[in-house]
Amino acid sequence: MRIHFNRDACQGHNRCHLLAPELFDTDDEGYAILLVDGIVPADLEDKAVLAADNCPEYAIEVALD
Amino acid sequence: MTSSAEPPASTVEDWATDFDHTDPGWAADAPAIWEDLRGRCPVAHSDRFGGVWLPTRHEDVSAIAHDTVHFTSQSVIVANWKPDAPRPIGFAPPITSDPPFHEIARRILLPAFSPKAIRELEEPTRRFCAELVDDLVASGRTEVDAAAEYSQHIPVRVIAHMLGVPASDGDKFRGFIHRILERAGQVNEVAVEDTMIYYLAGVLADHRANPRDDLVGYLLECEIAGQPLTDEHILGTVALLLIAGIDTTWSAIGATLWHLAQHPEECDRLRADPTLLPMAVEEFLRAYAPVTMARLVAEDVEIGGEQLHEGDWVLLPFPAANRDPEFFDRADEVVIDRQKNRHAAFGLGIHRCIGSNLARMELTIAVEEWLRRVPSFELADPDGVRWATGQVRGPRTLPVRLNHDRKES
Repeated sequence: MRIHFNRDACQGHNRCHLLAPELFDTDDEGYAILLVDGIVPADLEDKAVLAADNCPEYAIEVALD
Repeated sequence: MTSSAEPPASTVEDWATDFDHTDPGWAADAPAIWEDLRGRCPVAHSDRFGGVWLPTRHEDVSAIAHDTVHFTSQSVIVANWKPDAPRPIGFAPPITSDPPFHEIARRILLPAFSPKAIRELEEPTRRFCAELVDDLVASGRTEVDAAAEYSQHIPVRVIAHMLGVPASDGDKFRGFIHRILERAGQVNEVAVEDTMIYYLAGVLADHRANPRDDLVGYLLECEIAGQPLTDEHILGTVALLLIAGIDTTWSAIGATLWHLAQHPEECDRLRADPTLLPMAVEEFLRAYAPVTMARLVAEDVEIGGEQLHEGDWVLLPFPAANRDPEFFDRADEVVIDRQKNRHAAFGLGIHRCIGSNLARMELTIAVEEWLRRVPSFELADPDGVRWATGQVRGPRTLPVRLNHDRKES
């Protein structure tokens, strides 16, 4: 599974970090930081989908290879 | 506790053409009103307040929230007068600010409200909540007002803590906010020394004389382009935190307890599996989002098939967007383990509620401590529940019966 994070769309809702802390941290201003390099580890795929499905700004996209 | 008097009668005949969000008819029935309007408008209009629009679909609310060209935040509370503090700064930056100033004012505040900064407030918040419930339970009363005697006090105490003022100043906060939010649009004669700005100027002077490490201390240290913030900027910002941080959070906590009082099975589920709580909290925020924002039309624009003109007010009802069945499955149901929940309780776009991490933390801990300490509870007088009118919606009176006999296991 691939994951893409659009920093320009992020408004700091912090939903992704709460749902998938292994995939997203937040910076000092509260904006998300994607912690993986485009590829979601197999055991975190469910969390990646949750993060994408709960972002109010559609800043996260996941796609199966 | 006695049953409250009959609510005043509504003066609105048709919500599509003459709505009034400050009308008593709005308070309890707002979700039904949005649903009705979504089906037949979907953007309602009223000549009240000099002309105001009410979109009800997620699509329209989102489009407006993301459009800072055709809409200005110069005032975010619909009133009978238009704002006099000029764009792009407005009375209370950054909520009343537009680009490009908005980002400057917002970035000053963001670090103070980041997830990491808010984590440090968890412990005092938990202590406040635990004390409040313990006192209610220890009083031995079977009926208490979960809005006025619990929910309300939580954000008041947390913000007093953040501003470095005594918890006993909380009553003053309530008075300021009531005048500004719930009686918005009414002309009030208030003595200067009773105004919020006079009070906050005193808080500022006290922090200058006795520097300390809290939010006001932080703002006094902040700079824009090498210059300290003006007193006006600091006072406006602190005023904003008081106005925006109290009724809103109080409303979310109260509405959640109102819901849980009617769903003991969900209380049991949350007690049995506390890991469900974070997801449940997002669902309560979706279903009972308290805050409707507002914009002024800056340039003529079409929304939902209606032509909006410069100077018109537009309400931005995030709670209505959150119940749009075009956007959410089972939009009218509370599904505490909802997996897909892009709710807009904290707004959308550049003005996303800066206190969202704080509010979410307060709501989570308030529910957690309540469920931990109250074995079971129910509405004591369903007809006695009073919901606020205006742009912040939540129960202001919430009589609940505490059942002391069902002990914690």
